[in-house]
Amino acid sequence: MTNLKAGDKAIPFKLPGVDDKEHSFDDYAGESAVVVIFSCNHCPYVRAWEDRMVQIQADYVGKGVQLVAINANDESKYPDDSFPKMKERAREKKFNFPYLRDEMQSVARAYGAERTPEVFLFDRNSVLRYHGTIDDNYDDPKAVKEHYLRRALDAVLAGRPVSIAETKPVGCSIKWK
Amino acid sequence: MKIRFLYFEDCPSHDEALQRLRRSTEAEGISADVEIVRVETAEDAEKFKFIGSPTITVNGQDIDPPAKPHYALTCRGYRLEDGRISPLPSEAMIRRALREAKTKES
Repeated sequence: MTNLKAGDKAIPFKLPGVDDKEHSFDDYAGESAVVVIFSCNHCPYVRAWEDRMVQIQADYVGKGVQLVAINANDESKYPDDSFPKMKERAREKKFNFPYLRDEMQSVARAYGAERTPEVFLFDRNSVLRYHGTIDDNYDDPKAVKEHYLRRALDAVLAGRPVSIAETKPVGCSIKWK
Repeated sequence: MKIRFLYFEDCPSHDEALQRLRRSTEAEGISADVEIVRVETAEDAEKFKFIGSPTITVNGQDIDPPAKPHYALTCRGYRLEDGRISPLPSEAMIRRALREAKTKES
């Protein structure tokens, strides 16, 4: 279960990205919204959703929204989740957001993340406004009825309360060491 | 015809996958029972040659055999007809496998 609830402040982190640079949450502190998504390479739920993650970033970049994906999986058991493989995936799928490696799994544990993908949306004050899944249909993007993350972003950007602030994350379990 | 459905409880797609399998057997007029196997340990994964959840085999043949099988307690992805990856096999994929098995048996 997540260690954060709506209204809590973001937990800072500093992690290496696939661009070989260090990325911290504070790098994005001036943005209108920061979307931290615990993710990985191997999970088919992430693979089903990752094009939508790219599209969300593309659609909202002009509004000051920054997605940040974090992979905390144990690569010894899931070699597809290694850092070199992350770099390949980011290139292949043209990720337009940072893709970070949480090798020690400390950030995932601090956040209480359990699944991939699992979304934490923070507003410009680094306050958690939405936690959960991206939308209601991992299988078919055309059949999505509830665009939870998009709807939460629209509310945050408009200064409105988020009507659905919490959904159950759907995906693979984070692979702990 | 021997149909086996293997799943790992941690992967959330198994209920829907089983429903798709049942709809598919009905649509193909197949009355064979579906053996349901819950895979719980890494040893089970090796024993059952479990590629990931959900897995459907028909007469011992995976409906979507991977090029390099790796047995583990994990979720698996299926490449759908339109090229997307999904945690679920499509009904078209399941029905194709059932029809092929029926043809081989007749």
